[in-house]
Amino acid sequence: MSSSYISSNVQTLKPSGIRKFFDLASKMDNVISLGVGEPDFVTPWNVIEASYHSLEQGYTAYTANAGLLELREEISIYLNDKFHVTYHPETQVLVTVGASQAIDLALRAVLDPLDEVIVVEPCFVSYAPTVNLAGGKAVTVQAKPENEFKILPSEVEAAITEKTKAIIICSPNNPTGTVLNKEELTAIAEVVKKHDLLVISDEIYAELAYDERATSIAAVEDMIDRTILVSGFSKAFAMTGWRLGYVTGPKEIIQAMTKIHQYTMMCAPTMAQHGALEALRNGNESVLEMKVSYRQRRNFVVDALNDMGLSCHLPGGAFYVFPSIKETGMNSEEFAERLLEEQRVAVVPGHVFGESGEGHIRCSYATSMKQLDESMKRLRKFVEKYTD
Amino acid sequence: MEEKEIELLKLLEKNGRLESETIAKMIELTTEQVEEMIAKLEKENKIMGYSTLVNWSNVYEYEGVTAMIDVKVTPMRSVGFDNIASRVYRFPEVKAVYLMSGAYDLSVSVEGKTMMDVSRFVSEKLSTLDTVISTTTHFVLKKYKHDGIIFSDDDDKDKRIMVSP
Repeated sequence: MSSSYISSNVQTLKPSGIRKFFDLASKMDNVISLGVGEPDFVTPWNVIEASYHSLEQGYTAYTANAGLLELREEISIYLNDKFHVTYHPETQVLVTVGASQAIDLALRAVLDPLDEVIVVEPCFVSYAPTVNLAGGKAVTVQAKPENEFKILPSEVEAAITEKTKAIIICSPNNPTGTVLNKEELTAIAEVVKKHDLLVISDEIYAELAYDERATSIAAVEDMIDRTILVSGFSKAFAMTGWRLGYVTGPKEIIQAMTKIHQYTMMCAPTMAQHGALEALRNGNESVLEMKVSYRQRRNFVVDALNDMGLSCHLPGGAFYVFPSIKETGMNSEEFAERLLEEQRVAVVPGHVFGESGEGHIRCSYATSMKQLDESMKRLRKFVEKYTD
Repeated sequence: MEEKEIELLKLLEKNGRLESETIAKMIELTTEQVEEMIAKLEKENKIMGYSTLVNWSNVYEYEGVTAMIDVKVTPMRSVGFDNIASRVYRFPEVKAVYLMSGAYDLSVSVEGKTMMDVSRFVSEKLSTLDTVISTTTHFVLKKYKHDGIIFSDDDDKDKRIMVSP
């Protein structure tokens, strides 16, 4: 009845495959979840304290639409120090409600009806729906397991049409943990430049690269003017619930995004912005400590998975491993459902992140060593049962 | 190797029961290398022992009190504070002794069954030592955090939703 009021665009939108797993897992007891896409650390105390303090001082009003200037200045310094990209804090930085809002704003700011956006899968579940909601058309391309889920420039190029306006990439990647290095990004940038495209680069995991420092595609030669760099505080600073992200890019695009932001959001939460200021000023030690701990757990999990026959490459970043489950003869949904029922371990089936994710599962290692150890034992039992 | 040693020490400091095999995987060494490293660190007195952090206040049958005692002493020629410190730390009821900067010299942590036990120790054993000038005893009322571990039952509860993108 009242569903007839819902727009056809939203009606055709499929609910995320992750939701189903959440419902299943949360009804069971004694579940170890490797399905959580956020840090297991609580936000560093100095950040929480700074936010408290701002509230006590009465900073409870709106900030400028683009965010506190002080914060934009710190973001600009931070990006310059760590990723060698230069943005003017007053015109090229926008503070958003999580990186998710930044992606939404970017797409809404640049898309005309039926413009195509290339989405590299496997990827975060919301890119394609966000493209569609912005009136564009998502064209997916598949990064292949045999290439450690690194997308090849030729694969990108094959999907380009006259309607293609932008490409969304994410490195370090959720769900594969794959990191594209400078050479690989440069090769993709060549294609982007040749076809005059824009890149929306989701760099939310950029701090969490374990083997070598992550490169921003914006730092590749001649890319700064065609890259929208999306990042935030959620993963590196363990601040997911604060909902604070930021986006930087060419002045005109950031101004266009700010226009949408001022009408639809006004500004990001003030108390969260004050916390973020402290995170950038005094949070680096905490980030490094968390990083060491993630790396140790990554090594442990990758070793355990390969040892039990679920082969996976060593992911360079984020906190996910994306092993193949083909040995078991199951598809990823079957595998994840049975694993949950029989061994009470929750993982996310790879197909929810895109076609080429089929035959894989996403395991997050952002959980305690004790839980990881136990989950690997349960997983091993499960795999042994279904392989000879 | 120095770097791996520090990584190993930090892991063991946090969890003394972590198995060598697990540590090996975490820090990318072989199990044998980890065991050799531990043996070496023990020999070099870098690892002094392995203990368990007990929250005694959750063990209802157990009675015990802890006091922190500030001790002022007269340092002795040529040995400074070391002599008096060693006379204090040899008492089994003394759990920790630190030489401090500031208003007093030694900070002494003492455990006993009852407050009476501790008072008796202070008045009969500690304050009667030759070079001790004065003592101030503070009884611990509640332990909130010890050696980096928060003594609260729900502090380490996972507050995240079970599955998220």
